[in-house]
Amino acid sequence: MQRINLNLGLTIVVLFVLMGMLGPLFLQDSDKIPSIENQLRPPDSEHPFGFDENGYNLFSRIILGARIALIVGLFTTLISALIGSIIGAISGYFGGPVDELIMRIVDILMSFPGILLSISIIALTQNPSYSMIIIALSITSWVPYARLVRSQTLSMKNRDFVVAARAMGAGDFYIIRRHILPNCFNSIIVQATFGIASAIIAESALSFLGIGPQDSASWGALIDSGTQYLLIRWHLAFFPGLFLFFAVIGINMLGDALRDRLDPRLRV
Amino acid sequence: MKEFILKKILISFITIVGAVSLVFFIIHLIPGDPVENLLGEQALSVDKDRIRKNLGLDKPIHQQYIVFIENLAKGDLGESLYKKGQKVSTLIAQRFPNTFILALSAMLVAISLAMGAGILSSLKRGTIIDTTIMAISGFGISIPAFFLGPLLLLIFCRWWKVLPPPASQEGILSLVLPSITLGFALAAFLSRLIRSQMIEVLSEDFIRTAYSKGLSKKRVIFKHAFSNILVVVITIVGMQFGSLLTGAIITERVFAWQGIGTLMIEAISKRDYPVVQGTIILISSLYVVINLLIDIMYALIDPRIRYAKDQS
Repeated sequence: MQRINLNLGLTIVVLFVLMGMLGPLFLQDSDKIPSIENQLRPPDSEHPFGFDENGYNLFSRIILGARIALIVGLFTTLISALIGSIIGAISGYFGGPVDELIMRIVDILMSFPGILLSISIIALTQNPSYSMIIIALSITSWVPYARLVRSQTLSMKNRDFVVAARAMGAGDFYIIRRHILPNCFNSIIVQATFGIASAIIAESALSFLGIGPQDSASWGALIDSGTQYLLIRWHLAFFPGLFLFFAVIGINMLGDALRDRLDPRLRV
Repeated sequence: MKEFILKKILISFITIVGAVSLVFFIIHLIPGDPVENLLGEQALSVDKDRIRKNLGLDKPIHQQYIVFIENLAKGDLGESLYKKGQKVSTLIAQRFPNTFILALSAMLVAISLAMGAGILSSLKRGTIIDTTIMAISGFGISIPAFFLGPLLLLIFCRWWKVLPPPASQEGILSLVLPSITLGFALAAFLSRLIRSQMIEVLSEDFIRTAYSKGLSKKRVIFKHAFSNILVVVITIVGMQFGSLLTGAIITERVFAWQGIGTLMIEAISKRDYPVVQGTIILISSLYVVINLLIDIMYALIDPRIRYAKDQS
């Protein structure tokens, strides 16, 4: 089972990354111009994914969507993992009122449905940009990293190597940077892998609700416009959804495999 | 015990106040002028000023905030920018029952699917039935509702044609697919929980005793085993009801269901910020209050939780 997770997960993730990074370079000019006669054209042997309601080749839209998913997933995760780990380490290391304050903020964010917060941040902006989406998603998703790193810091801060470093005259932030955070690295990586999958889903959900960037090829936006033509054309919503589903499953499988290898304590 | 409940209520209260303030400030501080959106860019600045004054938008933000909180305390969420005199609370009251019905029936779908699947796979542990059920639930956990919904529509309305298309609103039948879409992820998660809990309970001594007393298998499974895991199941289901309310936002869009989620999305696309604000506040407060009630109920039912939490 572990082998299957690792191999299959890794394969899907590599394909997804290649598709998002290199795919758009292979698009031909004909893919970038919508053609009226191709509007809603169903899949055939030459174009296995058919055309969308504007006459774009659906596969070219899906490739652009992969790039969006990749960028939003990676950057959201990078930002929230970085911020969350630092906050968590500070909270756990210093304790006291700082810890109390941070944990109350965490409590509030945890008892508030994340997607609603993201929705309210981008709700009234005209045509939000992708950086806006990344910020809106990061604001809620740093919380799990903070909790994770805080609990590990708590168990680590009185261990011999930290005490020794302090006795050698190391400062608090030096200890956090050089001794505590590197020791949390494995768990952060595992958490971040799952984080990428949920960021991709969240971004698609926002685009599906029609409040993401306009005219975007995000998989969520493609599913949304496809749903309107569902009873005449099946392929419009089906293919983008399929790619989203496999990307998420692949990333989660890789996450499971990484967890088993890097951080067996987290196994459920 | 009293202390625990009071602490929980206090935290929930702070959360709601925090959430309400956050939503207010986010919406009011974000670039983009609601008045300009309302009147169009070519509007005369006299008209803009008049509208701004009518809506109280000409005052400094902290005064607007105080007025907003005072009105909120009276249950007044303001008026829609589009229909004159249309109260946000009336709009919400019209749409909320639909969302509630959807969330409730999704919960029923989830519970019944999960009970059947979970108990069955715990009894047939390791067989092909168990593997299949677990594979389906793995699928259910990973698939986002905005893909599952269109997929179900394709299968049941287009290929199989057993259910009416979503726009037709044919009573109970049009509730079937939305509830499955919304409840499927919960069902998948719950069936795994029930399975693992059942496997644990079935290996206990009192189950062997019950069998050796000569009780029927049915009686042992439902009366002795299942009733023991009921507390856990009820808690999880209760805690998820809040998530069903937020999940409904997406499901409602798939099926054009006239609930509070579609109200919110319509308001967002029209930049009708009092309605946006009102719907977000309502959904988030409900979410917090439901979780609070479940927490308290759980502590009342299960003394172990109570003592563990008292000590911490």
